[in-house]
Amino acid sequence: MTNQEILEMQKIACKVRIWTIEGVFNAKSGHPGGSLSAADMMTYLYFKEMNVDPKDPKNPDRDRFVLSKGHCCPALYAALALKGYFSTDEIKILRHIGAMLQGHPDMKNTPGVDMSSGSLGQGVSAACGMALAGKLDKKDYRVYAMLGDGECEEGQVWEAAMFASHMKLDNLCLIVDFNGLQIDGHVNDVAGLEPLDKKFEGFGFEVIKINGNDFNEIESALEKAKTVKGKPTVIIANTIKGKGVSYMENQVGWHGKAPNADEYKIAIDELNAQLKELEG
Amino acid sequence: MKIATRESFGRALCELAKTHPDIVVLDADLAAATKTDIFKKEYPDRFFDCGISEANMIGVSAGLAACGKVPFAASFAMFATGRAYEQIRNSVGYPHLNVKIAGSHAGISVGEDGATHQCCEDLALMRTIPGMVVLNPADHYEMTEAVKAAYEYDGPVYIRLGRLAIDTFNDPDTYKFELGKGITLKEGNDVTVIATGLIVNEALKAVRALEEKGINARLINIHTIKPIDKDIIIKAAQETGRIITVEEHSIIGGLGEAVCSVTSEYCPVTVKRIGIDDIYGHSGPALGLWAEFGLDAEGLEKRIVELMK
Repeated sequence: MTNQEILEMQKIACKVRIWTIEGVFNAKSGHPGGSLSAADMMTYLYFKEMNVDPKDPKNPDRDRFVLSKGHCCPALYAALALKGYFSTDEIKILRHIGAMLQGHPDMKNTPGVDMSSGSLGQGVSAACGMALAGKLDKKDYRVYAMLGDGECEEGQVWEAAMFASHMKLDNLCLIVDFNGLQIDGHVNDVAGLEPLDKKFEGFGFEVIKINGNDFNEIESALEKAKTVKGKPTVIIANTIKGKGVSYMENQVGWHGKAPNADEYKIAIDELNAQLKELEG
Repeated sequence: MKIATRESFGRALCELAKTHPDIVVLDADLAAATKTDIFKKEYPDRFFDCGISEANMIGVSAGLAACGKVPFAASFAMFATGRAYEQIRNSVGYPHLNVKIAGSHAGISVGEDGATHQCCEDLALMRTIPGMVVLNPADHYEMTEAVKAAYEYDGPVYIRLGRLAIDTFNDPDTYKFELGKGITLKEGNDVTVIATGLIVNEALKAVRALEEKGINARLINIHTIKPIDKDIIIKAAQETGRIITVEEHSIIGGLGEAVCSVTSEYCPVTVKRIGIDDIYGHSGPALGLWAEFGLDAEGLEKRIVELMK
């Protein structure tokens, strides 16, 4: 990526973060921490990587994205709205009665959402099914599934991982948003997740470790994943939970809490200042 | 002809797959038992063994359905609907994906394997999921047609299969399966017996025996537990004044309570439920267990007479 391209990605990612905060603030609930950590990778996927068209969201040849850590949908909704799937006005009524945008992704009613998710662990299996369908139909679309680090405590993740490598699903790329925190604390204090790379290696995956808040590293990982044949890839992306909002960064308390009016103003001011700086 | 409905299921899938290339079949290391191995032999490229991981199997099915396939996912009823309940609810039911779930070895007629494998809760669990169609066919011919109907319905379907080989009683020349419609197997106005699944055959023998003793019972076969046929139940309640339900399932949450929910709202009459009371089963030969639990023809006959007193 050229410096100019990186700058463009950073601007979009900043807007994704702004709309994430708008959504969660107006909903008075939701999950800002993991949305902000994943914002750069979702931006890259929707604005550079994936073959998708907001005017044709059901195209059978499109790439698929499953947000297995469904609670981080504020960032997904922001990316989809900025991409043109629906108006950003929808984000202002996220989680409200009658709103299209649900507290967790709903594929039936939200254009661009490829799988309903929210119950952790389940999206990985669905992504396997999508990748398998692609193999059966001899289509060359790719399937991306993003999961949380804490989510890897779910047994179903490993059932799905075993299945993915057994079926040689090299059109499947998992991305673990490794921000290190889950509701009850640090992932390694809660359930001893590490060594996660060795676990996935043992399950037959190509493992790539990156800084998930760095666009160059995101790009090179996703490019490399496309060259891997005969097995699935997992990108373990170290990220900062709450990235972009100073008081949320690396704070476990911001996993699933909305900012109050004062906190909201600080967050939006900070993100707007970052955007202004990027726009020069 | 004696044949288990799991065998009928495997054969029907295989037949249907000839003309419907979108059908794929998944199993969780029980293909030889659920009889999806019949399909596997014929269509190895469209069969996927997920190993002993029912939760993943249901999720993979959801992903396949999201890409236009029509997956039939099979396991024992206990594990398909019990272990993977939440996957069915959230990954299949909520997005209303076109996944067909087959639960074999249902009820106590699993026999010797005992309580851990005798699922008497599957119908109850599946009934609670919005948009889920719940089928419990009674014999070979009914199962064959039910599989076709499940395929034709666009959305999630649960089909209950039995282990035990049982006599066919439907006439293949006249049999007609209509999703959501009960079938009157015998007319009568003294009482209505409403039965479902493998036990329908036993109920049929029981009501015929009762006729010789002067009790003229109506017998209705409910193959679609959900959506249930309200009309046939209301009519039976109005015309016979009392109903006895018979199922190889917990009396909690199955056919009996589905019938009660119709009668209590539209035509309150006394409904007595025969099934598995609020207890677990145990090991033993299938027919011996049916007799012990009062679900064989003889037992049903006795209990119907008692309940009518």
